[in-house]
Amino acid sequence: MKYNVNSSGFYGDFGGAYIPEMLFSNIDELNKNYLSIVEEDSFKKEFNYYLKKYVGRPTPLYYANRLSEKYGSKIYLKREDLCHTGAHKINNTIGQILLAKELKKTKIIAETGAGQHGVATATVCALMGMECVIYMGEIDIERQRPNVERMRILGADVRPATSGSKTLKDATNEAMRHWINNPDDTHYIIGSVVGPHPYPDMVARFQSVISEELLVQLNKVEGRDYPDFIIACVGGGSNAAGIFYHYLDNSKVKLVGVEAAGLGISTNKSAATTKLGKKGVLHGSKTLLMQDENGQVTEPYSISAGLDYPGIGPLHAHLSDSNRGIYISVEDDEAMNAGIELSRLEGIIPAIETAHAFSVFDKIDMKNKVVVINLSGRGDKDLETYIKWGKY
Amino acid sequence: MNRINKLFKEKTDNILSIYFTAGYPSLNDTEKIIKTLDECGVDLIEIGMPFSDPIADGPVIQDSSNIAIDNGMNLNVLFNQLYGIRKITNIPIVLMGYINPVYQFGYEKFINRMMECDLDGLILPDLPLDDYKSNFKSIFDKENLSFISLITPNTSNDRIKKIDENSNGFIYMVSSSSITGKKSTFSRDQIQYFNRINNLNLKNPKLIGFGISDKLSFENACDYANGAIIGTSFIKNLSNINIKDSIKNFIANIRSL
Ligand SMILES: Cc1ncc(COP(=O)(O)O)c(C=O)c1O
Repeated sequence: MKYNVNSSGFYGDFGGAYIPEMLFSNIDELNKNYLSIVEEDSFKKEFNYYLKKYVGRPTPLYYANRLSEKYGSKIYLKREDLCHTGAHKINNTIGQILLAKELKKTKIIAETGAGQHGVATATVCALMGMECVIYMGEIDIERQRPNVERMRILGADVRPATSGSKTLKDATNEAMRHWINNPDDTHYIIGSVVGPHPYPDMVARFQSVISEELLVQLNKVEGRDYPDFIIACVGGGSNAAGIFYHYLDNSKVKLVGVEAAGLGISTNKSAATTKLGKKGVLHGSKTLLMQDENGQVTEPYSISAGLDYPGIGPLHAHLSDSNRGIYISVEDDEAMNAGIELSRLEGIIPAIETAHAFSVFDKIDMKNKVVVINLSGRGDKDLETYIKWGKY
Repeated sequence: MNRINKLFKEKTDNILSIYFTAGYPSLNDTEKIIKTLDECGVDLIEIGMPFSDPIADGPVIQDSSNIAIDNGMNLNVLFNQLYGIRKITNIPIVLMGYINPVYQFGYEKFINRMMECDLDGLILPDLPLDDYKSNFKSIFDKENLSFISLITPNTSNDRIKKIDENSNGFIYMVSSSSITGKKSTFSRDQIQYFNRINNLNLKNPKLIGFGISDKLSFENACDYANGAIIGTSFIKNLSNINIKDSIKNFIANIRSL
């Protein structure tokens, strides 16, 4: 477990729990309990039950025939878009709400960017009958309208974050403030592998069902349980962490994370953290962080709300820093074109976050290789953005 | 003995500490604000080092931080402003902020500049105790600088004792489970919390902060600690037009008989 978290919550130099005292008791409570809870048989049984019967797992591993033909690789798609609510995010929210129940919490808060995590949280709150408050940047509320209404239909209280860049980073700030103000009865379901330890590890474990299934599925079709390449988009990095998880220490597999370059990494309008970030501390963990020379966090930009974040999870900072992972960035237009291409070749309209993972074929030589792309989510929520972009 | 230890030795109650954000309302107000606070008889000053993402702060300190950053405030500017401050005041001065700007500045350089300016203490709420021990403690002990930690109603007695052991100057008692800027009159639970802490016989004196906004809440807090810290309410009352008078009026009001 060279690349996984160590016992003090660090991935190499990255991770830890850099939190004010006001959050200490909550994080400490999680830290002391999460492993024993998630490793209990009864917990695993319930978690697996909901993943199977409610989420619809296992998700298919689909051989993308026409895409493979076009690029001369054997391309498989891990169909997280077919999960209930349309993205991988619900794997984590099911896990965390069961954990919250074990901890006797009665209220749930979450941040959301694209709204997928917000919807997945609102969904499990409805399922478990818990109160739900979702913080979402004002700009994201505008560009992901359908998801806002979905959350409201599900009974969640969606609150706009109006500070800073009014996107995911600010929604996270507001959720943390809410938690500081309500430490006793509330669990904060963080939506990616970010935040103070143990969140990155906890979320990665819940998402690791993706690579757990992949081992079995690949073995059936390829006669070996690993591919040559695994590709996933990286916002905070939860879908990537989930599909990398069981392959972290298998050096035969090249792990590729795709970040959002926005309008381009030299334009000031970007979210390509591994290219533009330096080591720093945000939202409770030491990680790579886009910031100015004075340590003020820079406002990121991406056409995709779910990738519009100035940091990445500490696992990815470590994979990038140690060169275990290959991190590349693609621009808005490249991602949008890749989204259209996937729609036309395979009949799958991907989420714009996900579309980033499909724009790597001209960037990495994968000819004749077995490639698995994590199809993290579907594009229903993004129709308006596709329409506005218009080049199809 | 540093100025903070000296203060608490000479004065054991009604200590008034004022927090303001450096670079707000205008970039170069720092010296004027310090000087006026000193003249008004404030006991201790906490200078906020603005950060873009202050997760423990409410809207007032968030806004003042953003304005300060836009005004051009950063650690270099702040230390340049504070260099020579000891020519005009002997009041204890503590820097308070979030870890990231300090981390980027460089811990060693930061501590050197603190000493160059003859400042007295540091509050970095998101710095873990272990990081403090490995990066700050030996030099803070050697140079007699104060490292001040927060405790909250949810901090366990064992942890409070550990924090007390590793801090010096005073303990920052956060009045309730909240971010800054929430008004409070003390509830039974809070009073129980204050009493619990007072029964622990900590080596450090205590100031209560968060939610202290006026004469009444200040005096209430002083019943349970050596004094209190006012931040949000002070910042709200800072007038851009006549900063000196706005400070004088605010403090006179708190201190009025
Ligand atoms: C479909 C989809 N993929 C990816 C992401 C990015 O998050 P992460 O990097 O944590 O997988 C999001 C975030 O909203 C998403 O909705």
